[in-house]
Amino acid sequence: MTTPPLNAKRAGVSLTQDAIRRLSKNLTAMISFAVLVVVVGLAVLTPLLPLQPPDRDLTAQMFAEPTAERLFEKTFNFDPQVNAVARERLPAALEKRGVRQAELKSLLADAKRTPEAESQSRRNLRQAEAAIVALEQRAYASVGYPHLGPLSRWMVRTRHALFGEWQLASVCGRDKLGRDLLSRIFWGARVSLIVGVVATLVSLAIGVTWGSVAGYVGGSVDNLMMRIVDVLYSVPFVFLVIFLISILSEDRVKDALAGYGIDRITIFYFVVGAIYWLTMARVVRGQVVSLRNEPFIEAARSIGVSQTAIIFRHIVPNLLSIVVVYLTLTIPRVILFEAFLSFLGLGVEPPDVSWGLLANEGIQVITPIKIYWWLILFPSLAIGVTLFALNFLGDAIRDAFDPRLKGR
Amino acid sequence: MIGFIARRLVWMLITLWVVFTLSFFLMRAVPGGPYASDRQLEPEIEANIRREFNLDKPLYEQYWLKLKQVASGDLGSSTKIRTPVNRIVSEGLPVSGALGLLALAIAFAIGLPAGIISAVARGTFADVALMSIATIGIALPNFVVAGFAIILFVFVLEWLPAAGWGSLEQLVLPAFCLGAPYAAYVARIARTGMLDVLSQDHIRTARAKGLGPLSVVLRHALPTAMLPVVSFLGPAVAGIMTGSPVVEQIFAIPGLGWHFVQSAINRDYPMAMGLVLLYTGLLYTMNLLVDLSYGLLDPRVEWD
Repeated sequence: MTTPPLNAKRAGVSLTQDAIRRLSKNLTAMISFAVLVVVVGLAVLTPLLPLQPPDRDLTAQMFAEPTAERLFEKTFNFDPQVNAVARERLPAALEKRGVRQAELKSLLADAKRTPEAESQSRRNLRQAEAAIVALEQRAYASVGYPHLGPLSRWMVRTRHALFGEWQLASVCGRDKLGRDLLSRIFWGARVSLIVGVVATLVSLAIGVTWGSVAGYVGGSVDNLMMRIVDVLYSVPFVFLVIFLISILSEDRVKDALAGYGIDRITIFYFVVGAIYWLTMARVVRGQVVSLRNEPFIEAARSIGVSQTAIIFRHIVPNLLSIVVVYLTLTIPRVILFEAFLSFLGLGVEPPDVSWGLLANEGIQVITPIKIYWWLILFPSLAIGVTLFALNFLGDAIRDAFDPRLKGR
Repeated sequence: MIGFIARRLVWMLITLWVVFTLSFFLMRAVPGGPYASDRQLEPEIEANIRREFNLDKPLYEQYWLKLKQVASGDLGSSTKIRTPVNRIVSEGLPVSGALGLLALAIAFAIGLPAGIISAVARGTFADVALMSIATIGIALPNFVVAGFAIILFVFVLEWLPAAGWGSLEQLVLPAFCLGAPYAAYVARIARTGMLDVLSQDHIRTARAKGLGPLSVVLRHALPTAMLPVVSFLGPAVAGIMTGSPVVEQIFAIPGLGWHFVQSAINRDYPMAMGLVLLYTGLLYTMNLLVDLSYGLLDPRVEWD
């Protein structure tokens, strides 16, 4: 018997392939995708671009209006010489830290140590570490960069090698301390986007695990787990998070947490992740319940595959499409939430910048005498365009994965 | 139906208890306790303050006393401004309530006509334009909308005052900023609902017997198309209530949201905790009321 060629062709199209095909035909979705690629790309490459350093304050040019007279100016006075000098001193500082570490270690091994001696030793170690950071950052901090990681430092050096002292003039104006707004928007994008992605991934991990366990185990465990989700759903998390963050940013708590290397942004990832997992858990559970009765799961169980392996090897991969849909819908909500908290002064703290903080600064300086419209317009445009693109793409992906529309 | 309400109230109590317990222990987790202040107090005064707030008792007893206090309806008192939270609530709730109601009214007054027009004129320029505006409204945070609205209406057109509380003029702009995203959602939902109804048989019949387009849309299609819009009321009320801190902050409105943000910034934990509990109760009650109203509007709904 021969199969009709038409059917043979259609049989090979999986839901994912079909969704991607349909998505690529959706013009607005593709434009949104392109916009997002550009935004993310620029955010990643920010230190490489000839922008003014974001913390460089020029009080003489406070609230300078946007200018288009000249696009570039020769004012980037990064000095690689400073960096070279600092590098020469780095081995000595590293050695000192090693000594301090050894001191602390031997002190901790001593049972008869006094608390004073221990805290003194810890303080010495912290000082030695701070000295290293100061040496590493010196050349960058002196021209107005925030704390930079190794990759960003390399990018700044490359930028100096490429563009020399040339940098973009403040085409978007300057803020109340004379800092360049355009560069602050770019640096803010890095924080806002990272918060959006990482917090969403945290919520993903919690939600998928919770939902798949509840759905797969079933019975009273499922009932209990979902009741917990129900109760948490009716908790107004926005308020609880604000409450939590205000407690966690108390100086004493902050110091205690900083000892473990946890800063406010890290806390933020987990707090936000801990809120947005609820919907994910519900959706995933629903999908798992319907998957559990599929023959291939039964087959796996009959040949003795363990419960954990069934969940993570057979069920989780089948949840991929639904998870991708909720992922794209959650990211803009998280970015919005970060902006909301930063706007209230409870999110990202200066000297870090994020889009919510920039919007807040713009609204703060509204006075009846003069409006600094650029401080509101440009950060808002950045938030607006990004969230617009994310929402559009999220909706389009959801439609593309909708099985009712398959093949259309 | 009574069973339904009773069950929901039990769940509300459980939720309130969870929120209470969470915030109680969070608050106590702060080293030195919530009543420690920056300046050093005389030992006697400090002991007095600790006794006043039951801090000299063991933790489980403090928990029990606080739980009894909250259960009797007393939300405690602010440590920073020495005012009972109940008084702040009785002053702030009417303000926030008025703002929220007006925002809700604006959301539906703008959203409904926009949704209906774009459904009736499906595929035309008006439809595309309205739905694009709706997507913008959903994507933009309300503080961004507020920034633009202040520039436009306060400084360029000089129609409205920038901030404050007291007159209707001062209420319009904040209510618009608060309601704008929900107007966008309402427009989308109304459009989808209307499109569903317009393709049904009874609409074809109404058209066939020669009714004018206006009568078909308003008298025959609209009532059915309203149902999904009404069911959006619950999320909209919740969203408007949670969105109000930002708007109240921008426009300096002395409502509950403003007090809440102030208490969080001033680390006034007892007040923040009282307001969190209040918000939980309010949101739950609102959702319950909305759920009950479905049953009145849609006879197919059964309470389970």
